[in-house]
Amino acid sequence: MADEQKQLLKVTIDNITVEVEPGTSILMAARKIGGDVTPPAMCYYSKLKGSGGKCRTCLVEVAAGSTTDPRPMPKLVASCRTNVMDGMVVKNLTSEKVIDARKGVVEFLLLNHPLDCPICDQAGECHLQDLSYDHGSAGTRYEFQRRLFEREDIGPYIQLHMTRCILCYRCTYVADQLTDTRVHGILDRGEHAEISTYISKAIDNDFSGNMIDVCPVGALTDRTFRFKNRVWFLKPMNAHRDCDKCCGRVTLWNRGDEVFRVTANKDEWGEVEDAPDGKPGWICNTCRFDKKNTGDWIIDGVRKVNRHSVISAGKYTNVKRPPEVFEKLMDRTPKLLLDIHDVSEINKPEVDLSKINGPATGDVFNEGTHEIPLLNTEYSSEKRR
Amino acid sequence: MQALTNRGKSVERKPMTLLERLYLPAIFKGMAITFSHIFKKVPTIRYPEQKRPFAKVSRGLQVLNRDEEGRERCTACGLCAVACPAEAITMEAAERQRGEEHLYREEKYAAKYEINMLRCIFCGLCEEACPKDAIYLSETFAPSNLQRKGFIYGKEDLLIPNPLTHPEEYNKAKGEKAPTTK
Repeated sequence: MADEQKQLLKVTIDNITVEVEPGTSILMAARKIGGDVTPPAMCYYSKLKGSGGKCRTCLVEVAAGSTTDPRPMPKLVASCRTNVMDGMVVKNLTSEKVIDARKGVVEFLLLNHPLDCPICDQAGECHLQDLSYDHGSAGTRYEFQRRLFEREDIGPYIQLHMTRCILCYRCTYVADQLTDTRVHGILDRGEHAEISTYISKAIDNDFSGNMIDVCPVGALTDRTFRFKNRVWFLKPMNAHRDCDKCCGRVTLWNRGDEVFRVTANKDEWGEVEDAPDGKPGWICNTCRFDKKNTGDWIIDGVRKVNRHSVISAGKYTNVKRPPEVFEKLMDRTPKLLLDIHDVSEINKPEVDLSKINGPATGDVFNEGTHEIPLLNTEYSSEKRR
Repeated sequence: MQALTNRGKSVERKPMTLLERLYLPAIFKGMAITFSHIFKKVPTIRYPEQKRPFAKVSRGLQVLNRDEEGRERCTACGLCAVACPAEAITMEAAERQRGEEHLYREEKYAAKYEINMLRCIFCGLCEEACPKDAIYLSETFAPSNLQRKGFIYGKEDLLIPNPLTHPEEYNKAKGEKAPTTK
């Protein structure tokens, strides 16, 4: 016990001291403290080996290197790739240099990122949105044409919007570490770097869907959820099922009883959460894309949403409804002057969005026809724009 | 009981004098006041024929805007609905198909867009939230209706007429610019 405690390193981040094991990065030490002290991370993903060091959003100032060598580090360091030393003093929010540098990094990340958040399915849970809101400046100084790419379907389930990509490489690590064979990667270099599959080869690995979850922006999105609804109108529910391929613990995103989307459980850092039994939280494509019936799942209850997130909007907790007295007094139910579902054309029972594999078209709503487009016919190069 | 303030007035209950008991002088006094109003400036207007200008900051019925090419601006981003404190706005999004580029500005559009005017409080937060300049509060009132179901406004009620194909209706729907009020 005494030996173990000796091993722990003391590190001070923003005047808060924490003891961590040797080999911990500054970022993970800051996450141990939690709250505003934690530097934001766009490319680093604690569950993916080798990730991090690319986006530079997690830059921090090291005011004192260690107890033995208390000189400050000359430049800001990437906290996700720098390990702590005993007696290290780190400044994150308390350093003017860091805040200024992070503003610059956000500006760089947004250089080529389109401002199409109103259309993007990631809006509301996008890390770049949060980052630029917290650390960015409102304007841009960029005057040139942003990078333009065609939208690309990677397999039947995943859609790649290369314009939105910030080249964090997380998805390639997923493909490397979770799936047997990687068929996509980064092509070209520098300004021309892009994620693609060789000859647009479809990805049909069982765990390829996790790329959607690790993508910090809306570059990789769920094709089966495309344009169905905004995430903040959906109700996240904890659910599980017996799956022979993965842990089977997921978040269902429901409207009413309709399952619009299935994602892995995510923790407060936006990373996939391990299952309670210690299994990794990655979920397989069957759970993610094919189980869109409430009956497929055992629902564990409403998922708690951070109240600062837009997803918590309109989701009232601890509601105390006043008791209904009408029925007791009158011995009948009140006569409603208007049942909104008789008049409203929204959320019609005959339009079952969760059963459509692609995005809804105007015909789905306007003609009342509810054709389920076949995945294979819909997924063709002609349809791409 | 102790008075809360010292501003209270005690009511006098003296018996009326003869002049007061006669009653007629008070009646004539009151009628004179009424009569004098005939020659004063009329504060009311003859409503449907005459209309008062709206104040610059007035907020009336919502319109869904189109761009200069007549395409719908709304992309069903849901920001108006999440900003709405009365939860009056609902929508369904759809993807723009090939051949619909002249109808919708962006690749996503609102296939259904509904405002429940029974819920709407005309606060204008939807207008402020809109990133696409798609929804505006116009200078009209929501017309009265005999039934509640007439207050569920769909896209056909809210959408402004196409400025290219129906310029007259478009200008009418745009309304007159509010004159400056003093």
